[in-house]
Amino acid sequence: MTQRNIVTRTWGSSVGKKSVMAVTGVIFLLYVIAHMIGNLKIFFGLTTFDNYSVHLRTLGEDIFGYGGVLWIIRTVLTVAVLLHMWAAFSLWYKAKRARPIGYQHKSYQGSYAARTMRWGGVIIALFVIWHILDLTLGVVNPLPENAGAYQKLVASFDRPVVSIFYIVAMVALGFHIRHGLWSGIQTLGGNSALRQNSLKAFSLVVAVVVTAGFVIIPLSVMFGLVR
Amino acid sequence: MKLTLRVWRQKNADTKGKMVKYQLDDVEEDMSFLEMLDVLNEKLVMDDEEPVSFDHDCREGICGSCAMVINGIPHGPQKNTTTCQLHMRHFSDGDTIDVEPWRARAFPVIKDLVTDRSAFDQIIQAGGYVSVNTGSAPEAHATPVDKVSADDAFDAATCIGCGACVAACPNGSSMLFTAAKVTHLGLLPQGQPERATRAITMLAKQDELDFGGCTNVGACAEVCPKGIPLASISQLNHDVLGATLSGARSD
Amino acid sequence: MSELAQEPTSTQGEGRYVLGDPIADTRAPESPVGDRWDDRKFSARLVNPANRRKMSVIVVGTGLAGGAAAATLGEAGYHVKAFCYQDTPRRAHSVAAQGGINAAKNYRNDGDSVHRLFYETVKGGDFRSRESNVHRLAENSLSIIDQCVAQGVPFAREYSGLLDTRSFGGTQVSRTFYARGQTGQQLLLGAYQALERQIAAGTVEMHPRTEMLDLVVVDGRARGIVARSVLTGEIETYLADVVVLCTGGYGNVYYLSTNAKGSNVTAAWRAHRRGALFANPCYTQIHPTCIPVSGEYQSKLTLMSESLRNDGRVWVPKERGDDRAPNDIPEDERDYYLERQYPSFGNLVPRDIASRAAKNMCDAEHGVGPGGLGVYLDFSDAIERLGRHTVEAKYGNLFEMYQRITGDDPYEVPMRIYPAIHYTMGGLWVDYDLRSTIPGLFVGGEANFSDHGANRLGASALMQGLSDGYFILPTTVADYLADGPFDEVPEDHPAVREAVEATRARSDKLLSANGNRTVDSFHRELGQLVWDQCGMARSKEGLEKALDRIPSLREEFWRDVKIVGTGDGFNQSLEKANRVADFMELAELMCLDALHREESCGAHFRVEHQTEDGEAERDDENFSYVAAWEWGDGGKPVLHKEDLEFSYVHPSQRSYK
Ligand SMILES: Cc1cc2nc3c(=O)[nH]c(=O)nc-3n(C[C@H](O)[C@H](O)[C@H](O)COP(=O)(O)OP(=O)(O)OC[C@H]3O[C@@H](n4cnc5c(N)ncnc54)[C@H](O)[C@@H]3O)c2cc1C
Ligand code: HEM
Ligand code: HEM
Ligand code: SF4
Ligand code: F3S
Ligand code: FES
Repeated sequence: MTQRNIVTRTWGSSVGKKSVMAVTGVIFLLYVIAHMIGNLKIFFGLTTFDNYSVHLRTLGEDIFGYGGVLWIIRTVLTVAVLLHMWAAFSLWYKAKRARPIGYQHKSYQGSYAARTMRWGGVIIALFVIWHILDLTLGVVNPLPENAGAYQKLVASFDRPVVSIFYIVAMVALGFHIRHGLWSGIQTLGGNSALRQNSLKAFSLVVAVVVTAGFVIIPLSVMFGLVR
Repeated sequence: MKLTLRVWRQKNADTKGKMVKYQLDDVEEDMSFLEMLDVLNEKLVMDDEEPVSFDHDCREGICGSCAMVINGIPHGPQKNTTTCQLHMRHFSDGDTIDVEPWRARAFPVIKDLVTDRSAFDQIIQAGGYVSVNTGSAPEAHATPVDKVSADDAFDAATCIGCGACVAACPNGSSMLFTAAKVTHLGLLPQGQPERATRAITMLAKQDELDFGGCTNVGACAEVCPKGIPLASISQLNHDVLGATLSGARSD
Repeated sequence: MSELAQEPTSTQGEGRYVLGDPIADTRAPESPVGDRWDDRKFSARLVNPANRRKMSVIVVGTGLAGGAAAATLGEAGYHVKAFCYQDTPRRAHSVAAQGGINAAKNYRNDGDSVHRLFYETVKGGDFRSRESNVHRLAENSLSIIDQCVAQGVPFAREYSGLLDTRSFGGTQVSRTFYARGQTGQQLLLGAYQALERQIAAGTVEMHPRTEMLDLVVVDGRARGIVARSVLTGEIETYLADVVVLCTGGYGNVYYLSTNAKGSNVTAAWRAHRRGALFANPCYTQIHPTCIPVSGEYQSKLTLMSESLRNDGRVWVPKERGDDRAPNDIPEDERDYYLERQYPSFGNLVPRDIASRAAKNMCDAEHGVGPGGLGVYLDFSDAIERLGRHTVEAKYGNLFEMYQRITGDDPYEVPMRIYPAIHYTMGGLWVDYDLRSTIPGLFVGGEANFSDHGANRLGASALMQGLSDGYFILPTTVADYLADGPFDEVPEDHPAVREAVEATRARSDKLLSANGNRTVDSFHRELGQLVWDQCGMARSKEGLEKALDRIPSLREEFWRDVKIVGTGDGFNQSLEKANRVADFMELAELMCLDALHREESCGAHFRVEHQTEDGEAERDDENFSYVAAWEWGDGGKPVLHKEDLEFSYVHPSQRSYK
């Protein structure tokens, strides 16, 4: 209670932890949006998409070297995801302790998205692991590691089970963003009674756009629009 | 109307409790929920059974004593209504109604529906006041307060300390309660000198007690009988983060 | 005190009490009324700050009066032990006050002043209060507002950022400060926060859920209390150098009242039985605007703030027994009886007058609603004139409360209201310093009898509670403590043991009766009896009937009450029974006081004493005194009179026409 060190003070308080989640969440969101825009290049054909994949690696090459920027992004994301999950689990644990005996008659208040943040987050985390094994490392991809990004992607989504898993994960992501974005703003002190409805609407729009932007790809592959 | 009640009965803090079923045959629409329980209790006493213990005092929705979870909802189904102000006209003949105490480690059950909410007092002790000694106040009109802030401060100050927010929160967090006080005092010029410290110390006390942390679920504001807005939690966050970044004293 | 006892000379109540020595309030300085409090403060002795920590003060009750006193004494450095029966001080019944708090700030430049507030309060009390006290109250009102604003009490404000005020019954200036319809709550939270700050600082030791059941008097001085822990059932003693009671009013003697369910007279009554005089018990106030009773099961009554009368118009159908819906009754078939009878004050006449007028209308069969016990309070004019929005801003929460309870929407149909018991002007007798007749026992807030005479004006109880708590008690208690240090009282002192034994025995007796009636059924019967005979109108015949019935009811209670469970643990029936036991004794004294006071004054209306047009008729010749009763200890109560002097406000027939 008396410490004045900003790090321990932040980490030592529930609001501090949540603000860490909010800030890392914003980082994810920015990444996800950029990634989504990048992914949509799939509709411009194989060459454009593969070039984009290469471009990612040559970006800022003169300063950071080949793949440098990508590695910076990867590092930031990894640290962020660790912090985000660490904070989430720590609060989860505290919440479990706070109600040792539950209600006999259960009735839920608060929105569905809000109450499922934690499980939603877990689904997304599992998805990301699979996703990296699939498209980056290629371990679970039908095609060999050195195949082009476009082909690996199409090959992956040719398996309906995988496509459906992706879609489910994207919907979970949508829910996570819908509540998470508003929540992050609330956490960082940006909400007010007047703004609250607009902020919630804004988060919903972002969530829908992101989900749609992602989901359209496996759907297109499944329905043969992208080959 | 006829009702079936299932009420949490627990002898004391150390024993286990359970739901016990009671039948009531002539409940009237104009009765309040507590009056319905009074009728049950009169019956129990005459049957040589211990009456159901529950906290209550003002019975007009202002003292914050009454506290029970009715069909899973703290204070029952009526919006912005305390249990004592809930009337039986909102139920129908033949209903089964479940009644339980607030559930939170920070609010241990004392007996039946009565819980110990002294943790709230501890949060206030940690800084929920303006440090002004009697007699040292300046003339009231020396500091004007713009009407909007005064009204918003009032809205936050109407919290009755009932604890429904904690009871509803899936995290068992008292954030809305703490936020209401921080917002009330933080919006007024009189509360400014201690604003940063207050936010830090009250939150630290809440964290230290057995409450969970808030993850903005919003269930609290839905059940709050005084309609304390969810945005007040944002205000608390804002003050806490601002104070943390500016290195405000917290000791 | 009762040595000189003689039979009373008054014709009424003869044989039921004896007359004791007159008493005088010896502590008010003789100076001009406006200088008395300054003079008293100057003559009060001080305690060296270094010694204060060693001096202990018990404060029972942490409502506005007790909370403010405990916090302020704590700030001054005394060792304070504070008690309340609720689980936290923030729930004291002061929380329920709606309308507002008076202060002679004259911010509106409408002719208000300390002198006017003083004058109107003495007049409002129907010349049965002390000038010195009331003047001090009016002076302190100024600092109260300053203090509360500094604590962060969110009073209503105008667009200028300055404080708003409203007008209230019984006055024509606008001097009532308010926080929407929740003024008491906001003031109490201010005091509560100040108190919690002292608890954190370690100067105040708080004992919530602890109910005082007796007073410990050692060598003639109050030195502690016996209390029961509501949680464990443990009977414990707490000792100190001085005891302050701020335990609120006794309106619950009527069973149905606007008081909280737990409000009780026990602390005051036990002090009375230990030797403190009880003054003017029959001065009980009926509030004109409450929600009428809806059925047998009714457990309490809810007040609708008096401020509603600012904009609401009270009426009944002109036709007897007219049972049309209110909106179907045309304008010219409505009787706006307050406006008709009291053209200058109209709907804003003081409470006693408004209440009685409502009763008269209902007695004459003009009442509306179930049992004909109700009159309309109509906002349709106000909504038309000010717009719904303004009405909502002013009274929104009251309207909601009304709708929640009755299921009717007051924006559409007029409210139905009826008078209900609400405040008790009587209480433990105190002198100017708020000392009772037991040295070392101080009494503040509604628990004392001091400032309101026979009728309290709206918005002045909060003022009195805070004046006592923040400003008077801290000064006068310190003055008393300057006599110290007092000898320490050992825990096993015979007087302590005796008090503990007596308390235990009482609980055991209640628990062992195991009879056939619940506590509530006795309380309800007592309440109905007192309401019928010692309520809005009182008669010799009725009071005598009640006086004959109460002792047998009390006897039945002790014999036939049924409490399930034991004394060692949480047992709400036992808590109630302990309270009802004391109401049974108080009720008798109330009726006796009402019987002996052969006049009508303020809230005390004796049907035998009224003017031709039905107004209260005072008898200053014979009754211009405070009736302070000494416990008869099995024998007859002893009446001590304190004569009232009026040098500044001359008694006149109160007129609000
Ligand atoms: C519904 C309502 C509305 C009102 N509106 C107004 C208004 O608008 N303006 C106005 O000026 N006045 C109003 N009043 C009157 C005013 O609120 C009260 O007179 C005043 O608040 C009393 O304050 P108090 O501190 O004396 O007592 P309370 O606030 O009643 O406090 C009593 C304290 O004593 C404690 N206590 C009691 N018995 C025991 C015991 N045996 N052992 C231990 N502790 C005990 C309680 O726990 C509590 O802490 C209203 C009253 C009511 C009921
Ligand atoms: C175990 C895994 C996870 C859990 C338990 C979890 C939980 C949460 C919680 C509780 C919030 C709300 C934070 C707040 O209230 O401020 C949140 C926000 C957020 N999370 Fe997660 N999360 C997890 C993983 C992820 C992953 C992998 C992503 C990446 C896509 C992600 C993206 C976000 C975003 C974008 C936000 C919004 C925050 C903001 O905009 O400020 N989360 N998460
Ligand atoms: C249908 C949706 C998606 C498609 C088609 C897709 C496509 C891809 C592709 C092709 C790559 C490999 C890029 C490369 O290595 O060149 C990739 C990498 C990655 N994607 Fe996705 N992605 C989708 C959804 C997501 C989502 C929702 C997230 C996060 C929540 C995500 C996070 C990642 C990450 C972290 C990498 C690894 C980047 C790296 O380190 O190289 N993806 N994705
Ligand atoms: S914030 Fe609302 S729910 Fe929580 S204690 Fe206050 S009034 Fe009750
Ligand atoms: S429900 Fe709980 S999570 Fe926060 S917003 Fe309310 S305290
Ligand atoms: S009993 Fe006071 S709020 Fe319900």
